Amino acid sequence: MSNPSTTTAPPPVQLLNVQVDGVWHQFPKGTRVIEACTQAGKYVPRYCYHPKLSSPGNCRMCLIEMGMPKMGADRKPETGADGKPVINWIPRPQISCAQDVAEGMGIRTDSPMAQECRKGVMEFLLINHPLDCPVCDQAGECRLQEFSVEYGNDSSRFLEEKVHKPKHVDLGPRIVLDDERCILCSRCVRFTKEIAKDDALGFVDRGSYSTLTAHPGRRFDNNYTLNTVDICPVGALTSKDFRFKMRVWFLKETRSICTSCGTGCNTVIGSREETMYRQTPRENNDVNSAWMCDYGRLNFHYLHDERRLTAPLLRQADHTLQPVEWRKAFATAAQQLREFKGEEIAVVASARMTNEELYMTRRLADALKCSLVDVVPRTGEADDILLSADRNPNTSGAQLLGIGGDKLGSRLAEIVEGVRTGKIHAVVCLGEDLSEQGLDAKVLEELPCLVAMSILPNATTRAATVVLPGSGFAEKRGSMINVKGRLQRLNHAIPSPGDARDDWEILRDLIQALTGSNGLYMIEDVFKAMSNDVSALQGLSLSKIGDLGVQVVTEAESREVPKTPLETATAAQPT
Amino acid sequence: MAITIQRPPLTLKEKLYVPAIFSGLATTLKHLVNMLLGKTHVAMQYPEEKWDSHLPSYYRGAPALVKDEHGRERCVACQLCEFICPPRAITIKPGEIAEGDKFRKVEKFPQAFDIDMIRCIYCGLCEEVCPEQAIFLQKQYAITGLSRAEMVHDKEKLYEIGGLKTGLVHKWNDKK
Repeated sequence: MSNPSTTTAPPPVQLLNVQVDGVWHQFPKGTRVIEACTQAGKYVPRYCYHPKLSSPGNCRMCLIEMGMPKMGADRKPETGADGKPVINWIPRPQISCAQDVAEGMGIRTDSPMAQECRKGVMEFLLINHPLDCPVCDQAGECRLQEFSVEYGNDSSRFLEEKVHKPKHVDLGPRIVLDDERCILCSRCVRFTKEIAKDDALGFVDRGSYSTLTAHPGRRFDNNYTLNTVDICPVGALTSKDFRFKMRVWFLKETRSICTSCGTGCNTVIGSREETMYRQTPRENNDVNSAWMCDYGRLNFHYLHDERRLTAPLLRQADHTLQPVEWRKAFATAAQQLREFKGEEIAVVASARMTNEELYMTRRLADALKCSLVDVVPRTGEADDILLSADRNPNTSGAQLLGIGGDKLGSRLAEIVEGVRTGKIHAVVCLGEDLSEQGLDAKVLEELPCLVAMSILPNATTRAATVVLPGSGFAEKRGSMINVKGRLQRLNHAIPSPGDARDDWEILRDLIQALTGSNGLYMIEDVFKAMSNDVSALQGLSLSKIGDLGVQVVTEAESREVPKTPLETATAAQPT
Repeated sequence: MAITIQRPPLTLKEKLYVPAIFSGLATTLKHLVNMLLGKTHVAMQYPEEKWDSHLPSYYRGAPALVKDEHGRERCVACQLCEFICPPRAITIKPGEIAEGDKFRKVEKFPQAFDIDMIRCIYCGLCEEVCPEQAIFLQKQYAITGLSRAEMVHDKEKLYEIGGLKTGLVHKWNDKK
């Protein structure tokens, strides 16, 4: 349906009639047969096909029976008693992954021929495959394991010696390859060529001796290698980081986002009890397609650092930091802060904090009548795939909430200068380290009031008068806005260690200690208060954000979602 | 619908019930005499006397890990027993077999393997689920300790109970 008011409306999509297992459906022109079957509720098993990669059609697992309309003498399709075209079935099976649907096409996904084909393919694939599921990391999420339950034999007819291939191949700094498990689907080869643009992998030798390897003298070490572990349908490519750590069936899956840069890739956190074991990308075609970078993926081990702050600390008369109860910590912090006027106080927040926490920071600054509030900008080298130059995950959120003015970090110099000259007597430092801003430990120790909220000890917490232990990204709920202006949700996967608390709760209790009760009991209350104050968030709530996020502000940085080869080819075509 | 059950008709002897009392008394007297003559054993004098020789082959006692005749620890830390264990008595920490080890091919071994014997219900599901023939329920039934920590069997203790087992399938040999 075209909208006359917009000049760039796409032309209406042509719908084609296709019969899937005896039922007629309509699919848009250009739909892959395998996707059409999935949409019709008939899942076709596959190894090499991946919706985000090209289709080489080499695994032969998606074989189906196919037919085209029977043509009469007048070259028009003959219609049967039901008014639908009569289908001439092709006597040999076809692969469904490399073909688009056509008008009047017939597909049988579960016919005796299709079933027989899958059984045959499974038997061939299992000829040289080792029976090491008990030690294989993929067990539990292995396509070969799943389809062998459905289409495999209970015993092998193969009596000859199996072909032996290299095991424990050190492909790159984060990847170990077991060639015996490889079924030569080439997903990894295509990923690294088409998406990561680093043509590092390939096959050598022929027939049963075909072996996946890196090109001679090449290391498979780009920043996207671990995606190949996700898409590998078997346990051939394994992550050195996650290898042998935990069986996947124990992992609780929590939908969250990556907080290592401004892109905010959608992730699934795998955790068991109090430990986070891995994070894997989750498909979101507006943010990260189905990928994430290795840097972001592995940037969570600090959550389980043994130096984590687990109890509030208070500076004693003998200048040591001693653990105290939360109530005492809040009362002392409030008492220290009350001694100074608004212009003697500075608040240094972090754009790694969630919107809710930044909103509470703003309320804290209001309660302190302090106007010197800023966040620390953080930049790194960007690439043209996913990694953003902005290494803060919530810069757009800080800007939207008006923390730090138009340009983030523009008031930091003023704060640093104020602390040095003694104009500022009290600093509230939230999740940042002031020593990185050029304030050495000696200057910080001389501050009569330094309230530091952090998850790991740093120069600031060591010099602080009150230390408040907060939570890491997997330990809390909240929302962030990525560089593209998309509001996304963090979710709680693991508990905070010891007495550490949710950051927004710490800020709320600190404000309460200063001004009394404020009626905020749940994070939903905070979001509600925030959405009332900020027009861009009006009408939203944490649950309305959903798993894929919503667009709330305009793009701060133009970033393209990684394109599939098909999309790239279509975009290159002249219109 | 109510069902009426016909009671069997009683004979005169049964109706009088006194003969039945006397026959009961006679049985009691017979047992008394047999016991005084030392003909019957009333109870096993545990713990001076032990059950062990009477245990059936299928008796389910404490679960334990075994090694095979090549000295290889059978367990590869697949954690299926940890998964299946109904009272969650088993905790495994998997690790990688170091480069150069005789059994490097097996790749994986348990760094730590704990069975909390306070939790264990001796159901035998761990033995049943094990794909490596590594855990077996032994005949030990007297598992005692003075603290909770003492009741947790660690890897060393489990191999001590399990010992060596022969006649197992060697699926990690070179042919496979």
